[in-house]
Amino acid sequence: MFKKTLTATVATIMFAAPAMAELVVPWFAYRTGAYAPSGIPLVDGINDYFTMVNERDGGIGGVPVRVLECETGYNTEKSVECYESTKAEGSLVYQPMSTGVTYQLIPKATADGIALHTLGYGRTSAANGRVFSNVFNYPANYWTGASVAVNHLLDLNGGDMAGKKVTLVYHNSAYGREPIRVLETLSEKHGFDFNAIPVDHPGQEQKSQWLQIRREKPDYVLMWGWGVMNSVAINEAANIRFPMENFIGVWWSGSENDVIPAGIRADGYKSLALNAPGMEYGIFDELKTHVFDKGLTAGAGDQIGSVIYNRALYIGFLTHMAIAKAQEVTGVADISQADMIKGMEALDITDELMAANGLSGFAPSFSVSCEDHGGSGLGAVQQWDAKAGTWGLITDFIEPDMGVIAPLIKEDSEAFAKENNISMRCN
Amino acid sequence: MLYREAGDFKKSYKEDNHTFPIKFDRYRYYLVVVVAFGVIPFLVNDYWANAIFLPFLIYSIAAIGLNILVGYCGQVSLGTGGFMAVGAYAVYKLMTSFPDVNIIIHIILAGGVTAMVGVLFGLPSLRIKGFYLAVATLAAQFFLVWVFNRVPWFYNYSASGQINAPERLLFGVPITGSNTDAWVSYLICLIFVTVSAIIARNMTRGALGRSWMAIRDMDIAAEIIGVNPLRAKLTAFAASSFFVGISGALYFVVYLGAIEVGEVFGITKSFLVLFMIIIGGLGSIFGSFAGAAFLVLLPVLLKNVLVGFWGWQTDVAAHLEFMIVGGLIVGFLILEPHGLAQLWKLGKEKLRAWPFPY
Repeated sequence: MFKKTLTATVATIMFAAPAMAELVVPWFAYRTGAYAPSGIPLVDGINDYFTMVNERDGGIGGVPVRVLECETGYNTEKSVECYESTKAEGSLVYQPMSTGVTYQLIPKATADGIALHTLGYGRTSAANGRVFSNVFNYPANYWTGASVAVNHLLDLNGGDMAGKKVTLVYHNSAYGREPIRVLETLSEKHGFDFNAIPVDHPGQEQKSQWLQIRREKPDYVLMWGWGVMNSVAINEAANIRFPMENFIGVWWSGSENDVIPAGIRADGYKSLALNAPGMEYGIFDELKTHVFDKGLTAGAGDQIGSVIYNRALYIGFLTHMAIAKAQEVTGVADISQADMIKGMEALDITDELMAANGLSGFAPSFSVSCEDHGGSGLGAVQQWDAKAGTWGLITDFIEPDMGVIAPLIKEDSEAFAKENNISMRCN
Repeated sequence: MLYREAGDFKKSYKEDNHTFPIKFDRYRYYLVVVVAFGVIPFLVNDYWANAIFLPFLIYSIAAIGLNILVGYCGQVSLGTGGFMAVGAYAVYKLMTSFPDVNIIIHIILAGGVTAMVGVLFGLPSLRIKGFYLAVATLAAQFFLVWVFNRVPWFYNYSASGQINAPERLLFGVPITGSNTDAWVSYLICLIFVTVSAIIARNMTRGALGRSWMAIRDMDIAAEIIGVNPLRAKLTAFAASSFFVGISGALYFVVYLGAIEVGEVFGITKSFLVLFMIIIGGLGSIFGSFAGAAFLVLLPVLLKNVLVGFWGWQTDVAAHLEFMIVGGLIVGFLILEPHGLAQLWKLGKEKLRAWPFPY
C-alpha cells in the first residue's frame, strides 16, 4: 500500500508540471540491452538534431521542440508503459523503432488519433493511406527494400538470376518475417531459389544457422537483423569464409557498430541504404556550431557520423519538415496531434528543401499524399571498406519493382481493413 | 491493541475456518476489496491501467499459479513463460475460430487447455525431482515457444507471425482491442484475480492442498500415509497451469493485444514469475501478490522517480534500476529468505503484542 501511495504521489507531481507551448516528439530509446548497439546512435542523433533546431531557430515556427526520451530496452511491456506515459503530454508522432512495437501501437495510436511514423520499418502495408489513417512508413519499407536488394543482384548478374540460390537470414520476429512474402514472389518471377533461416531473439547464437549456410552454399545471403544480431552474423559469415560482397544486409544491418567487431574480415560487406553515409554534408557544420561546440552533444558523442546516426538525422529532418508543414497547413504554431497527421500527409520533400537544410544529395526526394503513405521506396547499396573504416555508396538509388509490391500492399491492407471494419478514406 | 484475537468469539465452524481469523485483518481485506472494486474503476486512467494495474494483476494470477506448483507442491518449474504462451495462443485460436462465443468463456477455456498441456509436461515429475525437473520444464518452455513460432496454424498464417486480439464485446462494451476503456480492462482482470485467489486459497487449505504440501515436505512419507503422488503432482500441475494459462490469455487479450511469442514469453518471463514467488514467499497467496507488486511496480516507480522527477538520463536510470532491484532482491533473500510474506507474518506477530511487547 505504501508503495502504491508513493507511486501515486510521484505520478501526481509528474503530471502536474506546468504546461508551456512546446512540440513534443517522443522517442522510444534503447540504450540498454541486446539492441543497444543500434539504439544508441539513433537516440543520440535525434537529440542532436532537435538540439540544433532549438539552438539555431528557437524551435520550429518559434515553438521549441522537446524530445521525450523513454527507455524501453526494446521490450514490449516497457514500450506500452512509455506510450501510455508520453501520450498525455501531447506527443505529436510516435517512432517506436521496433516493428513488433509498431504492430502493438497501430491499433492504439489509431484509436487515440496520434500519428505513427515508421521510417523504413514497421508494417509494410501501412503504405496504403486509404486504410491506415495515421500510420506512415515513408520513404521506404521492407518490401521495397527486398526488391531493391534483388534488383541490385539482377544488375550484378546481367539481369538473369535463374538458378541462383538466395538465402535470407532473419530476426525471428514480425520484423524479420516482413520481407519473406516479397522475396518469395520475386523468386518465382526471376527464377532464383529462395530459402529463409530464422535467428531467434536476441541473436547472439547463430552457429547452426551459419553451418547450414556453409552446407548449402548459397550464392547470396540477405540479412534482416538488428542489434547484436548483426555483428554476430557478420562474424559468423567471416568464420565460414563467406564472400562478403555477396552478403547484403537491410538498411538496419549496415552500420559501423555491426562491422567493426569483425575487423578486416568484414571488408566488402554490403548493406542497403536509405540515405547517404559520411559527414560531407552542410548539416554537420550546423551541428558543429550549434551543438557539438556548445557541449550539448547527446550521449557520449562517439556515434557522430555513423550510418545509424545519419539515419536518425534523416528521421529528425523528416519530422521537422512534417511539423513545419503542419504549421503551414493549419496556420497554428503549437500544433495538435491531429494537425501533425495533416502535415505528414501534405509532406513534400524536394531536392531544394533538402539542400536548404544542408542535406543536398543525402536522400532521394519524395512526397506523401492521403492515399500514399509509403514514399518513393528508393534504396541504394553501400559497401564497407574495412581499411579506411568507411561506408561508401556503390550504386545510385535503385527503383523497387512496384509492379510486384503494389498489389501485395493492396491485398494485405485490404485484408486488414476487412478484419477491423475500416472503411476506405481519401475518396 | 486493535490487532488481536481476544474478544473475537467464533460461534460456528464456518466462522472458525475464516481465512482472516482476526477481525482487524478481515475488515482490512473488505476495505481493499471495496476500494479495488468500488473506487479505483472510477479513477483509473489509461496510464494507471495499462502501465501499472494490468501488469500487476495479471502477473499476480501467474504467480498464484506458479506458487501452487512450486510453493505448495514443491515441484520446481521453469516453464511458466511457455504455459502463458499456451494460454495466449489458445485464447487466440478460440476467439478467432468461434467469434460469437463470449470471450470470458474463451479465457477460461484457454486456462483449461493450458491445464492439459501442463499435465502433459508434468508427467516427468513422477520420475524426476528437484533440479532435474526444472530442466525438464525448461525444455517445455523452449519447445512451446518454438512450436508457436514454427507452426503457422497457431498464428492463423499471418505474414508477420504475430497474433492480434480482435475486438470483442461483453454486454455491449468492448473488452479487447484498442477501443477498450481503462476501467473495463481493469475490472476484467480484477475479477479474474479475485476469483483465482479465492479458488487457490480454498484449494490449498482443503484435502487437495494438504496432499500437495505432504508431497512437498517429504514425498515418501506422504506416500506411506496414503497420498497418491501421481494424483497430487498432476493435479498440482493442472491447477497451476490453469491459472498461468488464464494469466497468459489476459496478458494477450486485455493487456498487450498483439504478441510476438519469442520476445514476450521467453525464458526471462519464466524467471520473472519464479522470482516473484521467491521474493513474495513460497507457499503463500499473499506472497504471490507481494512478489508481483515488487517486481512490476518497483521498476515503474524507480523510473518515474529517477527520470520523471529527478530528470536523470534514461539509460543511467535504466541501469541503476537493474542494480537497485537486483540489490533489493539479494538483500531481501539474505535478511528474509522466506520472502515478503514472512515479513508480513512477522509484522503481524509484532502487531499482536503492540504496544506492550514482551
